[in-house]
Amino acid sequence: MAALWTLRLLLSACVLGCLALTTPEERPQPHNLPPSPGFNSSDGSLFVDLPMALRVFSVDYHHVQAPFEIVLWIMLASLAKLGFHWSGRVPAVVPESCVLIMVGLLVGGVIYGVRHSAPPTLSADAFFLFLLPPIVLDAGYFLPGRLFFENLGTILWYAVLGTLWNVLGIGLSLYGVCLLAESTLGDISLLHCLLFGSLIAAVDPVAVLSVFQEMQVNEQLHILVFGESLLNDAVTVVLYKLFESFLRLPSVSGLDVLLGGCRVVVVGLGGLFVGLFFGLVAALTSRFTSRAQVIAPLFVFLYSYLSYLTSEMLHLSGIMAIVTCAVTMKQYVEANVSERSKTSIQYFLKMWSSVSETLIFIFLGVSTIQDVHMWSWSFVCSTLLLCLIWRATGVLLLTAVVNKLRRNVVTFRDQFIIAYGGLRGAICFSLVFLIDDFPKKRLFITTTIVVILFTVFVQGMTIKPLVELLDVKRKKRALPTVSEEIHSRLIDHVLAGIEDVVGYWGQHYWKDKFEQFNKKYLRRFLIREDHQAPSSILRVYQELERREQRGDEEAPQLGDPRSPSRPLLPEEMDSIRRILSRNLQNFNNKQTPAYSRHTLHQDTSIDRTRKPLHRHQSLGERHTYNTITHWTQGEDGDFSGTRRMRAGLSRSHTVCSMSPRPFVQDSLVTAADPKSVREAPVERAPQKQLSFVLENENHHKLYKLGGAFLIGAACLFLFMLLLYVLWMEVVDVKRYILQERGDSCQNAQVSVLYGLSFMVAAAGVPLELVSGLVFMLVGRALLATFFVSFVNLKSPGTDQPTNPPTHPHTKHTHTHTANLCWGLELR
Amino acid sequence: MGSRASTLLREEEIEEIKKETGFSHSQITRLYSRFTSLDKGENGTLSREDFQRIPELAINPLGDRIINAFFPEGEDQVNFRGFMRTLAHFRPIEDNEKNKDHTASEPLNSRTNKLLFAFRLYDLDRDDKISRDELLQVLRMMVGVNISDEQLGSIADRTIQEADTNGDNCISFNEFIKVLEKVDVEQKMSIRFLH
Repeated sequence: MAALWTLRLLLSACVLGCLALTTPEERPQPHNLPPSPGFNSSDGSLFVDLPMALRVFSVDYHHVQAPFEIVLWIMLASLAKLGFHWSGRVPAVVPESCVLIMVGLLVGGVIYGVRHSAPPTLSADAFFLFLLPPIVLDAGYFLPGRLFFENLGTILWYAVLGTLWNVLGIGLSLYGVCLLAESTLGDISLLHCLLFGSLIAAVDPVAVLSVFQEMQVNEQLHILVFGESLLNDAVTVVLYKLFESFLRLPSVSGLDVLLGGCRVVVVGLGGLFVGLFFGLVAALTSRFTSRAQVIAPLFVFLYSYLSYLTSEMLHLSGIMAIVTCAVTMKQYVEANVSERSKTSIQYFLKMWSSVSETLIFIFLGVSTIQDVHMWSWSFVCSTLLLCLIWRATGVLLLTAVVNKLRRNVVTFRDQFIIAYGGLRGAICFSLVFLIDDFPKKRLFITTTIVVILFTVFVQGMTIKPLVELLDVKRKKRALPTVSEEIHSRLIDHVLAGIEDVVGYWGQHYWKDKFEQFNKKYLRRFLIREDHQAPSSILRVYQELERREQRGDEEAPQLGDPRSPSRPLLPEEMDSIRRILSRNLQNFNNKQTPAYSRHTLHQDTSIDRTRKPLHRHQSLGERHTYNTITHWTQGEDGDFSGTRRMRAGLSRSHTVCSMSPRPFVQDSLVTAADPKSVREAPVERAPQKQLSFVLENENHHKLYKLGGAFLIGAACLFLFMLLLYVLWMEVVDVKRYILQERGDSCQNAQVSVLYGLSFMVAAAGVPLELVSGLVFMLVGRALLATFFVSFVNLKSPGTDQPTNPPTHPHTKHTHTHTANLCWGLELR
Repeated sequence: MGSRASTLLREEEIEEIKKETGFSHSQITRLYSRFTSLDKGENGTLSREDFQRIPELAINPLGDRIINAFFPEGEDQVNFRGFMRTLAHFRPIEDNEKNKDHTASEPLNSRTNKLLFAFRLYDLDRDDKISRDELLQVLRMMVGVNISDEQLGSIADRTIQEADTNGDNCISFNEFIKVLEKVDVEQKMSIRFLH
């Protein structure tokens, strides 16, 4: 709790810092004091108005301005991200990109309000040279290679043909719209429309991935969308540059179009080869880094970035280059460098790409606040509609064709996700700024911003509920029985195993050939000698661990005679189903997303070697391990917390007077250490003691949250008041105002005083503080009373006195059958 | 070693395997190359260690049982015929086979045989019944450590309850078939990248 609002305080302090520090630049210098020797009294230095003595305290902002502002922006971005992840239920509803854009909008608005001029925009150069490469590098490095190449045909199909379809469709239809609305839009030529179409059709990998974090998508769909968004960047940028160069030519002939087509191919393949070259050189270099292991990660980044810059220099596709470079060098570099270097590489990649992405979104928000907007209802609305329509039709048509050739069909749900998940992002935005100036450029900018905001907000937020609606509609037909689920899962595992036995040969003749070539030549050349033997030791170790653990598992099972099977209540069925759906999936690794922006998915082999160990240790405590800790970890977004809360509250008053629940351990004290669960061994009453949890502690949490907010707001308020006082005392406000109003209002009467608003604000601050404290106390009191009321309900069987034990680790035993409780608890 | 020559596949063998399993010529040759690549000892048969060298199989919770399914009763080596015979269970059912009249013997990849393969993974002692303990073992393998024993026991109970029609607290093969009648076993138990 305290951490949460400290974070908010930090964040708001940062924002205010950003804004406060941008203001002093604008201020004309009211003090025309002669520069005092000894330090730099350039613009923007605040100092106390002392005579020419030694300055004890001075602020020199200009000296550090540029890096300071950059760092502040990055800090703002990162704090916003942190705050987002800490904010409870928000990540489930709003994708991160939306929140970041909103923060950007807020900051942009604030800056605009203070400075009365446009806030800094994202320059296209900064975007393409500094912000985009880390993201694409991260994407390329963690690309699941096998999956990507298996689906390469489909991906290329979607990327190239789909993009072409979209570009041409949107461009031509927009031209039609412009022709229809001759009066307002008449001066937009066909080429302009095509240019606009090319930049607006680009589906952005950054935006798409940030939305996919929340959704459960199978790995095939993930790679399709991901691969498509990567490759279509190349196509888009090429088309864009093509149309732009067409625009610069006096006239366009058929030959030019043909040359343009060739150029597309050259650009794509050229980027590929540049990337390959640098990837191989990087692999070779990494071979010799054994004596200076610390700088090994540096080479990865340097070579990738170099490949990007080189291909940009040659007007080839930088994105293709950097992705190819990353994919090529990955296996050799990872074999050559030490374990720690490998982890550093992965962490740095994630960190940089994360920062980049956050900055992009925030700047998107900031740049939206501008003076240069030009609005045209017809153009904007038709663009939005056309984007959606063309994408949907494109996906449907292409999928219909490609499904005939694939073994695993792309289902309707997948198609919907591909079509609806086509979010536009920062690439469109930067590209639109790069257009040569022409009268309607501002309209294009506005439209692009609207489309980006629409897709990110509306589509990003609604895609998950829509998909769930689709799933539910299909699932409603039959709820699988428990047997079906278990046996189906068994069959899935069997199939996975058999497929591994058979190996991925089949359609991959070229892959086999490549593997042979790889083994024979490349690996020997590019990997250090001592690292070349496949890690057979690792495998033996795995095997031993497995055998040991398996031996433990096949130890005699619980032999206690169970009561004969009784019909299970529907609530129990639900809970069983929930358990199964959560736990069985953990093993079926084909369901987890293959790429994630925020977490490192470690190499499966290494991860699994640790898992048997972990399991081995925890086997001893298996019978005391408790699902409570599992459930309170909040992974269940679909659990209706409020429902349980309300039901729980009523239950505590009605039901449990009849049959008290087995309250085991510290489910309510969520901050408690889950390890302490194991301290109190569960007593084995003859009846079932099921530890499904009752959670209605959310009440007091809400109160505390409200209190925290209020206190935070009060602190902010106070800070603002302090700034105002500082302003009043330190600066000659009268002169500043007079100078501001300078020529326009000669007879202005200015008086500077602590006015009524200041008094009101000063009075408000302590009131807010007090109310925040009151809320906190209420929350605490609720928590305490809940404990008390709960503890008071004891079973008549036990003979403990009803004094409230505040120790949260008390457990209760009871003699009533738990059936009723179990059934009712789960509602 | 001199055995190299004997490991080459002869045409008659391919024909026999084709008749027995239904794989096509190209599929058989490709599976043969996979067989030889797995066969590190180069003696024309696979042992359990050869299978265990496949890393993904080591992670598979049912890995050991799947490997066991390849080896006939009590033997430690499997030759190519046996290998193909097991894999034949997972051949996708072609459309033209679906309505074929099953006269003499069912093809190895019929629905019943696929289900029999799955059944045998539970039923280790081959008594044609899945007992509660056998079910619990498999469940525990699939589910991991996050579930307590009572919950697992109740899940197992429920599973048996749903299937058991004759009240012997075990699942027989017919009961197993009946429970899975709504599941699309033919599609689920087919190797996806064969064509």
